[in-house]
Amino acid sequence: MVAQNIFFGIIAAIVIVSALRMVTTRNIVHAALYLVAVLGGLGALYILLTAEFVATTQVLVYIGAVMVLFLFGIMLTKAPLGNVMEMTGAQWPIAAVVSVLLGGVTICSLMDHFGSDRLVTDGPIFRTADVSDEVFSTYIIPFEAISVLLLAALIGAIVLARKD
Amino acid sequence: MLLNQFLILGALLFSVGVYGVLARRNGVMVLMSIELMLNAVNINLVVFGVQHGVVSGQVFALFVIAVAAAEVGVGLAIVLLLYRNRTSIDVEDFDLMRG
Amino acid sequence: MWMLENAFLIPLVPAISFVVILFFGKRFIGANRVHIVGITALGLVWVLSAVAAFQWTQRVENPSPDAIVEMATHGGDHGDDHDADHGDDHDADLAVVSTDHSGGEHGGGHSSPLIGPVISTFSQWWSNGGIEFAVGTLVDGLTVLLLIVVASISLLVHIYSTEYVKDDRRYVHYYAFLSLFTAAMLFFVMAQNIVQLIVGWELVGVCSFVLIGHWWEEKPNTDAALKAFLTNRVGDIGLLVGMIVLWGTFQTFDIDAINTLISADPGAHHLALLVAACCLMAAVASKSGQFPLHTWLPDAMAGPTPVSALIHAATMVVAGVYMIARLYPVFYEGLSIGTSSINLMAFIGGFTALIGAGLAFAQWDIKKVLAYSTVSQLGYMVMALGVGAWTAAIFHLFTHAFFKACLFLGAGSVSHAAHHTFDMRKMGGLKKAMPHTYRTFVIASLALAGIFPFAGFWSKDEILLGSLVGQKNSYPLMLIFGCAVAFMTAAYMTRVIWYTFHGEFRGHGQPHESPKMMTVPLWILAGMAVLGGVFNLPGPVLEPFGLEGLAHRIQTYAEPSVYLSGLGISHPDPSLNMALVGLALAVSGILVTYLYYWRRIGLHGLTERNSYAKNGYTFLENKYYLDHLYNDVIVKTVKRPIANWANRVNQNVLDRAVDKAGETARDTGRWIYKWVDQGVIDGSVNAAARGADSSGEGLRVIQSGKVQNYGQLLFGSAAVLAIVFVIVV
Repeated sequence: MVAQNIFFGIIAAIVIVSALRMVTTRNIVHAALYLVAVLGGLGALYILLTAEFVATTQVLVYIGAVMVLFLFGIMLTKAPLGNVMEMTGAQWPIAAVVSVLLGGVTICSLMDHFGSDRLVTDGPIFRTADVSDEVFSTYIIPFEAISVLLLAALIGAIVLARKD
Repeated sequence: MLLNQFLILGALLFSVGVYGVLARRNGVMVLMSIELMLNAVNINLVVFGVQHGVVSGQVFALFVIAVAAAEVGVGLAIVLLLYRNRTSIDVEDFDLMRG
Repeated sequence: MWMLENAFLIPLVPAISFVVILFFGKRFIGANRVHIVGITALGLVWVLSAVAAFQWTQRVENPSPDAIVEMATHGGDHGDDHDADHGDDHDADLAVVSTDHSGGEHGGGHSSPLIGPVISTFSQWWSNGGIEFAVGTLVDGLTVLLLIVVASISLLVHIYSTEYVKDDRRYVHYYAFLSLFTAAMLFFVMAQNIVQLIVGWELVGVCSFVLIGHWWEEKPNTDAALKAFLTNRVGDIGLLVGMIVLWGTFQTFDIDAINTLISADPGAHHLALLVAACCLMAAVASKSGQFPLHTWLPDAMAGPTPVSALIHAATMVVAGVYMIARLYPVFYEGLSIGTSSINLMAFIGGFTALIGAGLAFAQWDIKKVLAYSTVSQLGYMVMALGVGAWTAAIFHLFTHAFFKACLFLGAGSVSHAAHHTFDMRKMGGLKKAMPHTYRTFVIASLALAGIFPFAGFWSKDEILLGSLVGQKNSYPLMLIFGCAVAFMTAAYMTRVIWYTFHGEFRGHGQPHESPKMMTVPLWILAGMAVLGGVFNLPGPVLEPFGLEGLAHRIQTYAEPSVYLSGLGISHPDPSLNMALVGLALAVSGILVTYLYYWRRIGLHGLTERNSYAKNGYTFLENKYYLDHLYNDVIVKTVKRPIANWANRVNQNVLDRAVDKAGETARDTGRWIYKWVDQGVIDGSVNAAARGADSSGEGLRVIQSGKVQNYGQLLFGSAAVLAIVFVIVV
């Protein structure tokens, strides 16, 4: 238990700090790299929660595919790579107040509601096979819907981004 | 481990994501912040799945990842299109709907 | 009896025809050939309806044991005999046990034994919270009669329209909606439960809306369509509420069950029935053009004339009358005042008949004269139902459908010949040019006026007789209304004939007779206007010929004695005196008008000389100022305070709140306003933004157009609401 708590602390610290740096850094490429750190940290967190397939997918899809997409987006939009452009808008105080309010109320109600509930650690452990059984039986229709959505997104992205 | 430590991490990530969406001027950055918010949701899904001993939490986390991938694809296409038409991806430039 | 059990096929045919015409009409059939589909479908419907009618007569003549409704014991405790499981899946012939024992065998035309309707329940449509909604058909004599009427008129109108709307730009649409209308009406008349009644009711309303606005390029037509639709909506609310009250009272949607329950114990649930009947009466008033919701019907004449004939004269507008007849126990028990047998329905009907007839005098548009005549005749039917003369009302519905359709199609033929005008001042002298139209029009007019031996004479005579002796002679007022209307009807129809067909031609161009496709339906309808009466001749007329067995056929076949016997409705003996009085009134009406126009006798120019007469005429010309009442008085008094109040809220509350909330955003907004003003030139977006600008001047400050500002507001308000919930809950 102690080891898990220590690891959680380390991961959480990395994730939070990276996330904060991501939304405050003035360099967009750095921001992308901080995002990689956040996503990777979350992947590690999923391992900690015994969700191995989600963790794998997190690494493959987010760090592998989505991040590449982001980097392509950064390059194709010829975004200023240094501190040329002010990355944070003039209204950042309002945004900060709003997000602090939102986070504050969420955390307060979480503390209020779950208090000191312990995480169930002796529950069943779901392997990739269990996840796939569930996806291809109970959730087969949402799964099909997701695949259609991906196809639609693919076509939509092509239609939007093509030059003509 | 407490259940709350995961949930509060999720809440914090979500708030940071909200801040990024609201404060950042670069369109790509806004999309990244949205990813942050989606991931915060995923933590909650997985944690509650573990808490209740069901696999559905993980399944829905996977669905969210798939939807996020689709969203990034379309979102970046839109940003590219905006850049091509307006040679800017500063979201503060896009205020044609101003009243 | 196969057809009676599978009656659903009848509305199915035109429904299929609708789909075929609408989706395949232009592409595969050819726009100018779609009428073939419609006419074929309607021909089939007519044949099926005729088969159904024949089988129904067989059922009445030689009832099989399961068709006969068992006579229950005497007294009032029949409710428990009623077969309660209507929701179940049974195929056919659910004979319902009930009703008073009204004294064994009856003589004359009264049908005995009591024949139950053929009820087929096909499946549960849906169920919600334990309440089940069935789909099925209820076929009895009334249904069969309406099937025949709708199928015949619709078929003839389809044929007539091939010529009348030839080369119309929405020919396909026109035929598609004629088919849909026919399907909806047929579905409506065979509804097994009141939910189906509502569905059919709304469907015919929509078709009416579409067809009135068929030529929507012209503003008056769309206005008329909207007016018809909105007026009908007023009644629809009544329909919905009434049906809900009925369900609340009887816990069933089944028409048969409701009727049987009331008929078994007429005194019970009087208050609930009163509420339900009043609400339903509003629906009837809107659909059947009863006072005070009749104002849409004359405007509905903006639609193509065949549509007016089909929908606004012969079929749809009788939907209200049909509903009264179908749910007769509800109306009859609900609206009877106290223990006396005076019935509110009779008064509404009689009054409508009178004002409709009055209005018909002051119109110059031939179709509007006919429209007011329709209002008046529908009032007649409602009055007959109110006095307890069920058969007379349905008989009149039957004959009226034919001769009024004939009159409308005749008017269409006239306008077709005379350069598409309906103004009688531009007609005149068409007698020679259009002999066929003239003759059929005169025949139908005589039938409408009630001249022996045309169809209208018999049905009107029965109504007058019903109001004379109905319910212990308690309707002298209705009799006066009826007699006055009989006189007026004859007079205004003579006026129409004078202005349209006699005298000098006042239009321009050369009028000509309409083609065969139009005159043949006219002659068929005229034939029915002559012969329609034979279906319910009184016994004494037939006795000299030894045909007493054929007397009162409609009464024998159509009257649902199962439901009516508990209400104590009697059938008056035919009276020669009443017939003579009615005939004399009609003849004198014609005579007076004849003398006035042909012989120039009477007070000509009275309206110019006498201020009272002039005021009266203006009053009629303005349709009793009802439209003014609705538009200027009611709408404005309602509209203005609401608008003022909304404006005040907008000015004081919203503006200030928004100003405070968006203080910071406003500064940014101003900055952006200056900065972007030159940069943004995009016409369409600017126009849209300008629209928003003028409507929400006060909201402008937060409409910065920047997604992030909106996001701040969204998340900020979500957070604030969340805090509120956390604190409160």
